[in-house]
Amino acid sequence: MTTTATPATMTETKPGYKWVGTRPVRHDGLDKVTGRARFGADLSLPGMLVGMVLRSPHAHARIRSIDASAALAMDGVKAVVTGADFPMLESEAGEGGEGAVDYRDLCRNIMARDKVLYEGHALAAVAATSRRVAMAAMAAIEVDYEVLPHVIDIDDAMAPDAPILHPDLITSGADPVPDRASNIAARHVYERGDLEQGFAEADVIVEREFLTRPVHQGYIEPHAVVADTAEDGRAVVWCSSQGHFMVRTLTAKLLGWEPSRIKVIPAEIGGGFGGKTVVYVEPVATLLSQKAGRPVKIVMSRDEVFRATGPTSGSKMRLKMGVRRDGKLVAAEGWLAYQAGAFKGSQVQLGLMCILTPYDVPNFFLEGFDVVNNMPKVAAYRAPGAPMAAFASETVLDELAEEIGMDPLELRLRNAVEEGVKSVYGPKFRKIGYRETVEAIKDHPHYSESLGPNQGRGVASGFWFNIGSNSSATVHINEDGGASVMTGSPDIGGSRASMALMAAEELGIDVYRITPIIADTESIGFTDLTGGSRVTHATGMAVIEACRELVADMRARAAKIWDVDVDEVEWVDGRAQHVDGDRAPLTTEDLAESSGKTGGPITASASLNARGVGVAFSTQVCDVEVDPETGAVTILRYTTAQDAGRAIHPSYVEGQMQGGVVQGIGWALNEEYIFDDRGAMENPGFLDYRMPVASDLPMIDTVVVEVPNPGHPYGVRGVGEVGIVPPMAAIANAIHGATGLRLGELPMSPVKVLAAIGANGG
Amino acid sequence: MARVFLGSALRRFTGGVEEVEVEAATVRSLVAELDRLFPGVGDQLKSGIAVAIDGEIIADAIYEPLPEDAEVHFLPAIGGG
Repeated sequence: MTTTATPATMTETKPGYKWVGTRPVRHDGLDKVTGRARFGADLSLPGMLVGMVLRSPHAHARIRSIDASAALAMDGVKAVVTGADFPMLESEAGEGGEGAVDYRDLCRNIMARDKVLYEGHALAAVAATSRRVAMAAMAAIEVDYEVLPHVIDIDDAMAPDAPILHPDLITSGADPVPDRASNIAARHVYERGDLEQGFAEADVIVEREFLTRPVHQGYIEPHAVVADTAEDGRAVVWCSSQGHFMVRTLTAKLLGWEPSRIKVIPAEIGGGFGGKTVVYVEPVATLLSQKAGRPVKIVMSRDEVFRATGPTSGSKMRLKMGVRRDGKLVAAEGWLAYQAGAFKGSQVQLGLMCILTPYDVPNFFLEGFDVVNNMPKVAAYRAPGAPMAAFASETVLDELAEEIGMDPLELRLRNAVEEGVKSVYGPKFRKIGYRETVEAIKDHPHYSESLGPNQGRGVASGFWFNIGSNSSATVHINEDGGASVMTGSPDIGGSRASMALMAAEELGIDVYRITPIIADTESIGFTDLTGGSRVTHATGMAVIEACRELVADMRARAAKIWDVDVDEVEWVDGRAQHVDGDRAPLTTEDLAESSGKTGGPITASASLNARGVGVAFSTQVCDVEVDPETGAVTILRYTTAQDAGRAIHPSYVEGQMQGGVVQGIGWALNEEYIFDDRGAMENPGFLDYRMPVASDLPMIDTVVVEVPNPGHPYGVRGVGEVGIVPPMAAIANAIHGATGLRLGELPMSPVKVLAAIGANGG
Repeated sequence: MARVFLGSALRRFTGGVEEVEVEAATVRSLVAELDRLFPGVGDQLKSGIAVAIDGEIIADAIYEPLPEDAEVHFLPAIGGG
């Protein structure tokens, strides 16, 4: 894969900043490339047992009984747990995970109780002295199932006569309230203006239907945990996750323990993309360890990751939009249904909130349905809910532009939201940079490059909210004058480097004298998980606040040493200077050396619930070539522009932008969950679940647009998610450019493209 | 007076009212007043909700002060990946 940034992005010069906006080698880089970094599966403890999870072969079945007596009697089997070993939790909204977590659903997802709801659903786990013994023990567990009809597809799940997953599930948001259960967990509506009047004003109306399949985040590192529960009932848990405080909260809740009984030590994380914002095996390993009295390690196989952890929703959507000849969008009507998996909670509401958001549309009616079905409970995936919605809206927008003979970027510019415009979801936008991303693509040489036969060009835009939430940081000045910066945010996308850069800027010391540390749950204040593109913004604010407190402290110490008023001391380039310039400046090393005489070690902490979040927009352009004989789509060139507010470490901003595009390319062209007629996933491995590999990908140019977010000291906007929103539509629009075909179903695999070419007489 | 915009999910409690002006110093007192005006709304705003005040989306906003003439929207709590 060649993913090279455009050499001259808008971020190369940052007047006034010494460190922010530079590109130092990441602090954890050497460990990562030499294999020294410790990931979840790397830890081994003396006496450690192998934990394995028994999973359902059925997509939907009642569990009549589970008999583990034969397994428990086997030599080397030290513990078995089933759903009966975990507390049965009542329905309660939790805040420990990503978005709303219902503890009743979560406790049933990590270990089935009366029913299994998807193929791969956990229903027992064993701890044994070896993998061989553990596998034999699982085979010895007798489960008596009553197999029930299952349902996967959205239409089937929404049908009045569908097999019902939860007999107590009544659609929320429906008016009137239904009098019987269905698989429709919720209905949401966003509306504004007069839809009929809006469409009456339109010169051109386009209506299309779209279908997308569930896709997995595809993180390279499977879920892995080591749990060691001691005789006193306290547990230490090492695991790969997007939030070790989240793991502590949820594990404690699921076991009925006080959170203080559990210490979670974050391992390095080999990708998450939203998929590691909830627990699966962590409570299971902890309980097995308690039962066995020995440490227990569980490492999921790739097969288990696909079959038992959350992909993102498949969706069915209908979208109708109207435009005047002058390019003004006047009306939109959308119907979206998202698969939630075995338990309620797809992100269809966020899909509704994002589908038209780059545009000022005066009249709309958007209706969304959250639909449970017999597949793994969906989990967050980069801008959850938004990419499939944008596939629909950005494709229809492209067709509208074609119909009225307008450049597709010009159409976007004529309707672009800006500061003060009311968003689809209600509030008016603060300072945003959507228009700038469109202009960046319009001005880019890529947009005017000539195309050859069977080649096409497509554009699309996307929106994501970004979030703030709780973060903590502690900064120490070390005895050599360097600084340790501790946070509670797992580093998924280079956040160690961005924390170090902001600390270096604030303290005025070299970034390589900063040691960024991700501390465990007993060593740093509570910190929400790494998700929602929040860490550089929120945890960065905590780091900045702690550093500013440190600087104030060091000025006070210098004043004490010089016996002057603190107002006479300035902090310049990492040194305390007297305003008269008649004293030798005191460096951090000087101040650290004398710290015992000036008040003790130099340290400061900050904890906050970050405000001032800046939303994100991206606009992208893609060139493809379609092979008319095979239907294969080759991505020739790809350029992405994104408003980063301020790029703290431009390389990692570009990396996030490129990563989002790459995952979007996979979603667009190849990736999908395929189920057989029993409801079992047919392709739970990377050979059959086709993610993009290096040779599939072209140059991905990046243009980092910087419209600073006034809510952050350096203007940061989260950058991790919005990049995955536009690619599916950009590629579909490019395929249209190459073939004249409008494809509304993902993935746009060779088979489907070829079939569409054939159906078109090609 | 805060201008409060009530989304579709709340309108079955408000008799279809989409916008209301409420005198309130904090989000907490605003929610209490909304519940007085439209019984049942308060329960809908207990959890899983973020509040946008003058365009800024704030999670855990219950004690948040409201500026004079604030524009307030209730939104679902937003996570991310």
